[in-house]
Amino acid sequence: MELINYFAQNYQLVMEKTLEHVFIAGVSVLIACFIGIPVGFMITNNKKVSDVVVNIANIIQTIPSLALFAFAMPLFGIGAKPAIFALSLYALLPIIKNTLIGIHNVDPAIIEAARGMGMSKSQIMFKVEVPLAIAVIMGGVRIATVTAIGITTIAALIGAGGLGQLIYQGISMMNYQMIFAGAISSALLALLVDYILGIVEKKLTSEGITVKDA
Amino acid sequence: MISLRGVVKSYDQKTKIVDNLNLEIERGELIVLVGESGCGKTTTMKMINRLIEPTSGEIFIDGKDISLFNGNELRRNIGYVIQNVGLMPHLTIEKNIATVPLLCKKNIEETNKKVIELLDLIELPYQEYADRYPRELSGGQQQRVGVARALANDPDIVLMDEPFSALDPITREQLQNELLKLQEDLGKTIVFVTHDIDEALKLGDKIAVMVDGKIIQYDTPEEILKNPVNEFVETFVGKDRLWKTPDMLKAEDVMRRKVVQIGENRSVAHAVELIKEHNISELLVVDKVSDKPNKLRGIVGLNRLKGIGDNRIKMKDVMKVDITKIPSDMCLVDVLNIRKEKNIKYSPVVDEQENIVGIISDTSIVNVLTDIVPEREEY
Repeated sequence: MELINYFAQNYQLVMEKTLEHVFIAGVSVLIACFIGIPVGFMITNNKKVSDVVVNIANIIQTIPSLALFAFAMPLFGIGAKPAIFALSLYALLPIIKNTLIGIHNVDPAIIEAARGMGMSKSQIMFKVEVPLAIAVIMGGVRIATVTAIGITTIAALIGAGGLGQLIYQGISMMNYQMIFAGAISSALLALLVDYILGIVEKKLTSEGITVKDA
Repeated sequence: MISLRGVVKSYDQKTKIVDNLNLEIERGELIVLVGESGCGKTTTMKMINRLIEPTSGEIFIDGKDISLFNGNELRRNIGYVIQNVGLMPHLTIEKNIATVPLLCKKNIEETNKKVIELLDLIELPYQEYADRYPRELSGGQQQRVGVARALANDPDIVLMDEPFSALDPITREQLQNELLKLQEDLGKTIVFVTHDIDEALKLGDKIAVMVDGKIIQYDTPEEILKNPVNEFVETFVGKDRLWKTPDMLKAEDVMRRKVVQIGENRSVAHAVELIKEHNISELLVVDKVSDKPNKLRGIVGLNRLKGIGDNRIKMKDVMKVDITKIPSDMCLVDVLNIRKEKNIKYSPVVDEQENIVGIISDTSIVNVLTDIVPEREEY
């Protein structure tokens, strides 16, 4: 009851923090997509390089988020910039990995048929590999996004703003409504965005390869 | 149409996957490259559409060196069907078939017409199948679409790499028959790769048997069966193969070539002498014995000569004139039927000009059969 009151009274603040949160997580995932998907495509044909790249991404993933934010501060100062930098790095792994898996999972017979029909390399990529791998790639983007929305709450510690700010202020002020307002909003945001991306994924995937509900 | 000259493919300079291969393929022929796995048959085929580039040697299509073409454009004009079908799962059947024409930026209406025509040809009605996805089709239907896709750009040449190997035996046979019919109707030049000698014998106008990157025999199925060049081909084809396909055994294959002829004016004593000398039981009566081909007048067996002491009696007086001549290209089954029906002991075999070429008796048939029936364990 008190929580609802809090939301009603601080409607504008929560909205503002949510938008900040969406901006930070969104920009990070977009940057990670622009880097991760092309990199994923480029390294598919080279096992050695792809192993190295995936390992690097794996190592980044093991760095505690708080530490990564701390590392980013000397480079970008405080605020949203270091947060976006660190979050982008986190988002890279699921995106690169899923892009790789998605392309590797394309039946070699289909690629052979495509070559045999006289498709060029770029035609094979855009007409065959991308449409067939899109569902798996989108899966990676969804994981990256949900994770990013979660970690963005911690970014408040380096002054990036977002819903994390409500949580930390709440903790220092012993204001439970404020803590819950930040935490619940962040969780709901993650669920909502995942749902929307799920719809996008379905739209992008051909009917011929979607798994039918049993 | 297609000619491979001195083609070599080697990946490590030492082992040659394809070794100095020469092959001439005529327009409208269906030729089968057959051999055990690793013999270079698929590599050879893939060099024709330059999915694989030869290490050395030249390949010509219609007299033009294919290394001068753009690889992708070359492939768009050569149909290609593979074992695992490789339909695009994210595209409808219609879009799958239209892939190559659309790559070539052909007119959409024309392409549409072509798709309808091809779906009709493979007996998957447009209305019902055009908007379906590959996974909604059975394996056999998918490969039919694979064949239709290969034909969509009206290529003169179609390459097929073990297209039916992954199908169940019944579907495989259906598709083989459909391919034969298609070939008859469309007259494409088809290069077909298989490891299955049965399939090769059934489909091929000509068969190239490959071993270690070389073609060791390039011939019609009949010739390969009857006159394998060496033991390998004989074993590969199977020693009992001829027996399994009696349609391919002709009268000339079971006849005895050595016949003893006698002039129609010769005496009985002379005939008896000949029979004794050659240790046989029948003589073929001709006008006059000569080295040239002779026309048959009649036939005389030992029974007809018994008890005749009169030397004035000539062959033409005693010979059996009511004889059933067998054309040399009549198939064994028909020969056996005629012999059974008319209860004939000796069937003279004649060529197209009615000249004697041999004789079929029970003994000659048994002799041939014991040669081709598989060897069994000894008792």
